[in-house]
Amino acid sequence: MRHDHLITSKQLSRADIETVLDRAAEIADDPDAVANRHANAVLGLLFFEPSTRTKMSFETAMKRLGGSVVDMGSVESSSVKKGETLADTVRVIEGYADSLVLRHPKQGAAAMACEFVDVPLLNAGDGAGHHPTQTMLDLYTIRENAGLDDLTIGIMGDLKYGRTVHSLSYALTNFDTHQHFISPESLQLPREVVYDLHQQDDTQIREHEALESVLPSLDVLYVTRIQRERFPDENEYQKVAGEYQIDLETLEDASDDLTIMHPLPRVDEIAPEIDETEHAAYFEQAHNGVPVRMALLDLLLSGGETDE
Amino acid sequence: MSDDHDHHDGNADHELRVSKIQDGTVIDHVRGGQALNVLAILGIDGSKGEEVSVGMNVPSDRLARKDIVKVEGRELSQDEVDVLSLIAPDASINIVRDYDVVEKHRVERPAVVEGVLSCPNADCITTDGEPVTSRFEVLDDAVRCSYCETITREGIAELIDTN
Ligand SMILES: [Zn+2]
Repeated sequence: MRHDHLITSKQLSRADIETVLDRAAEIADDPDAVANRHANAVLGLLFFEPSTRTKMSFETAMKRLGGSVVDMGSVESSSVKKGETLADTVRVIEGYADSLVLRHPKQGAAAMACEFVDVPLLNAGDGAGHHPTQTMLDLYTIRENAGLDDLTIGIMGDLKYGRTVHSLSYALTNFDTHQHFISPESLQLPREVVYDLHQQDDTQIREHEALESVLPSLDVLYVTRIQRERFPDENEYQKVAGEYQIDLETLEDASDDLTIMHPLPRVDEIAPEIDETEHAAYFEQAHNGVPVRMALLDLLLSGGETDE
Repeated sequence: MSDDHDHHDGNADHELRVSKIQDGTVIDHVRGGQALNVLAILGIDGSKGEEVSVGMNVPSDRLARKDIVKVEGRELSQDEVDVLSLIAPDASINIVRDYDVVEKHRVERPAVVEGVLSCPNADCITTDGEPVTSRFEVLDDAVRCSYCETITREGIAELIDTN
C-alpha cells in the first residue's frame, strides 16, 4: 500500500485491500511479533465527536504496536471551542505526533485536513461521509466468514446516513460481489452513492424495501441501526422499525451459512437469540478492529513497506 | 459555416434587438433564460457603469431559443470562460475590437473549477470558515464538491461565490 493518508475507501484498490487484510491476519496470528515495532511512535487522536469504541480501538492498536497516544480531549475543553479552525488544529497536533486519527462531524473534514499535514492521517469518520477503517475491519470479517469473491451481500437499515454502508459498498466493488440494499424508502442510499457505484463496470446493485425475497440468496447480511430521530413522528418510525428486525423466525429461509454483521452499537435490530447462533459475527467484527487498525497504522507508519 | 448562422436566416431583425459593440465581448448561444446568470458569473450588475446589452429568448437554429450578452469594453479571461461553461455549455465567445470579431471561441468545460462556487451542503467542511479554496469536479451534467462529494445538477448558478 502506497498512500500517505487513508481518507476514503474509494482510494483503495483490490491490491491495497488485500495487503491490509493479509497484514492484519499475520498480526492477529502472532501479535507478539509486532509488539515493539513502533516503540517510539506517537499517534494523535483528534475526536471532534464522541466515539468511545473507535477511539479505544485505535488506542489499543497503537499500544500493541509499542507506541503511545496523545489525545486532544473533549471538544468542550479544547481550543476548538474558542473557534480555532480544523486546519490550525491539525497543523499544531502534527508537531506532537507521527500519525493522526481524525473523527469530525463535517463531511470532507479529513479530505481537507490532510492538505495541511505531512504525517499520515486516517479518517475515522467525517459526518455522513466516509469511515474507511471500519470498512477494512468489515472486509476482514467478511473474508474470514464468507470470502470476498462470488459473494452475495445484503446491506440493510439506514442506508441514507450510514457512512459505514457507503464506505463498505465502494470497497466491495473491487470484488466479484452482488450487493442488495434493503431499506425503507426514506432511508435509501443517497443518489451520489448510487451514482458512484454505477460508475464501476462490474458492480451489480439492487435496491429493495423488503428482506424476504433476497434473504435466501445471501451469504452475508450487514445490518445497521435505524434511528428514531430520523423520523418526524414516532408512528412512522414504529411502522418501519419492526420490519427490519432480525430474529430466529426471520432467518427460517436463510442459508445455514449466512453471516450476520453489524457495526454496533445495536439497539433491537438483531434479537439476542441470534447471538448464540453460527450466524452471529458482530462481536468478532468489533474485535477485528484492533488487528486491522494495527495493520493500517503499521503500513502507514512504515511508509508502505512491510519488512519481510 | 459560422456561429453567426442564426443571424443570416432571413430574420435579420433579430440582430437589431441587440446592438453592435465597438470593443468588448459577445457571448452568443447562451441557453435561453441564462443571460442574467452569465452576468452574475462575470460580476456585472451595471453598478460600475458597464455598457451591457442582453437579448433573451431570441429564436435560434441551434438552440431553439437562445440568449445573447454583449459587454462593451471588457474581454473575458479564460477563467471566466471556464466558469461560464457550467451554465452555458454551448456558448460561443466573440472578442470584438473596433467593430470586428477578432477572436471567436467555444467554451470548453474544465475538469475542475476552484474558488468559484461555494458548496450547497451545510455539513460540508468548506462552509465552516476553514482556510480552503472551494474545489468542484465538473461532471457531464453537474458539479461535485471535491471535499464532501455532494453533486449539484440544478441551480449551479446559485452556487457562484460572489465575494
Ligand atoms: Zn462540499
